[in-house]
Amino acid sequence: MPAVTDLEELRVAVTGGTSGLGLGLVRLLAARSARVAFVARTARAVERVAHETGAHGIVGDLGRKDDIYPIALQITGNLGGLDVLVNNASSLGPNPLSLLGDTECEDLDQALAVNLLGPFRLTKALFGALAASARDGRGALVINISSDAAIKAYSGWGAYGASKAALRHLTAIWDEEARAERVHFLSIDPGDMDTPLHAVAVPDADRSTLKRPEHSAAEIVETILAALSSQAPRVVGRHP
Amino acid sequence: MIADRPDRRSAKLLAVDSAGKMRHVRRTELASVLSPGDLVVANDAATLPASLCGTHDASGDPIEVRLAAWVSVRDPTRFVAIAFGAGDYRSRTEDRAPPPGMSPGDRLSLGSLVAEVERLLDHPRVLVLHFLGDRGSILGGLARSGRPVQYAHVSRPLALWEVWTTIASDPVAFEPPSAGFALDWSTLAAWGQRGIRFATLTHIAGISSTGDPVLDERLPFDEPYRIPERTAASIRQAAVTGGRIVAVGTTVVRALEAAAKADGGVSSGDGLASGRIGRETRLRVVDAILTGVHQPGESHFELLRAFADDSVLERASAALVEHGYRTHEFGDSMLIERQHRGLWHTSTP
Repeated sequence: MPAVTDLEELRVAVTGGTSGLGLGLVRLLAARSARVAFVARTARAVERVAHETGAHGIVGDLGRKDDIYPIALQITGNLGGLDVLVNNASSLGPNPLSLLGDTECEDLDQALAVNLLGPFRLTKALFGALAASARDGRGALVINISSDAAIKAYSGWGAYGASKAALRHLTAIWDEEARAERVHFLSIDPGDMDTPLHAVAVPDADRSTLKRPEHSAAEIVETILAALSSQAPRVVGRHP
Repeated sequence: MIADRPDRRSAKLLAVDSAGKMRHVRRTELASVLSPGDLVVANDAATLPASLCGTHDASGDPIEVRLAAWVSVRDPTRFVAIAFGAGDYRSRTEDRAPPPGMSPGDRLSLGSLVAEVERLLDHPRVLVLHFLGDRGSILGGLARSGRPVQYAHVSRPLALWEVWTTIASDPVAFEPPSAGFALDWSTLAAWGQRGIRFATLTHIAGISSTGDPVLDERLPFDEPYRIPERTAASIRQAAVTGGRIVAVGTTVVRALEAAAKADGGVSSGDGLASGRIGRETRLRVVDAILTGVHQPGESHFELLRAFADDSVLERASAALVEHGYRTHEFGDSMLIERQHRGLWHTSTP
């Protein structure tokens, strides 16, 4: 299959970019020549993925308030602005999964910090850049990675499910509020994927029944392009 | 009275119209002193953590450098910087010790960053620094080790999130374009609903004071700006329809007037704002300025003399004192319309 390098104009940031779905997104977007910055906690993993993909690697922890603006500064400083933010980094909460009655408060705190406060803070820090992109006619989009656990009540998934439900509602409200700025928000449930996070949650899962994260990443890229092409055809237009 | 944190809800606004008439309103009611068709232009520069502390390797002496200008805009390997010796922001910059004696090639260890003194300029505090590493690692080092330039009048150190305006986008400024602290997304939404238009440019606000009278005399340095094509188009359109151009802050005035064309429009793209704007300046683009509370003697106050004559500004200053307006970056605001133009529309929302 010939390489598709049609996204040269697109500036994308992905959190949790060194494993699972985030890594799949970074690889795919970089392969299609988008300008990509990604964030992850472990310096060595960030270096490895940056080296492999050519994307800008940023070391930081979305669960830490003090890391947020330094991350935002590096995203816009490296990309020269931002069109798409993918809030993908997630914490399962208690490991192994536990009933809510057995869940330590600190584990719920951690799930909320990474899955809800982190995306809220990073989006707020980058909202000026996203609004500038929209004003410039490029389109602007925030993708928050959700889960069916945000909707259905699965025993043992309390911390994760509650944090993802809150994120899903935050996304819907922000999408309403940001219409005036023409910044769009989407929740995407990528499905049950064969990722490190899933392996921690369900160690004995039959991996053959799980989606490949690369497959979900390809679907999300198509969703991004469809959402942007209605706003800003020139940025995502395919150049033969 | 000094405000040391943004407080958007309680902030006040003094509006001075082109006839010198004054109104006091809450700043949240900013939309009420603007009219449909007006175009508000703000500076979307985000502020770098431009203060770096560390050691002058050769002498072992402490040093603080404040990045003050790009050598080449958006290339973080080289900056013009202003150097200070021992002490911190709690001493007024005027009282800070001089930096250690430096020679070209000297290395500075600044947190996780290493910089080499590339050149000394024509003043003992001013130098060109060359940061070692590639773009990504220098930005990362700045993000981790840099702190916003602090103000001696602010009680505790400011974090980066406190010096980014709500609309901050492009991390290129060394000090915040502080008039923009008056804006928030609900203000912009209210403007949109009233047909008041909004556009941005990026202007690199330089350092406002070094504490050195000889150096301060030269401020502001030339400041690079970038005007998007869409902003230039909005200004053209406002000129056609008679909408006023309202600049948020002195940086926007400087950029728009530097880019002014004979037809009342502006050139889009990159440019350099140089020289001062003051009483002798004939404004060609900007009709009104939204700014912080500045008092006579400050360089920002000088710029206001391009908008209104001294008798109006004196009355405004007296009114600001009388009504307890808060000064400085996070204080209250004033909106001054250029004299000899149509009256304010004083409609209410």
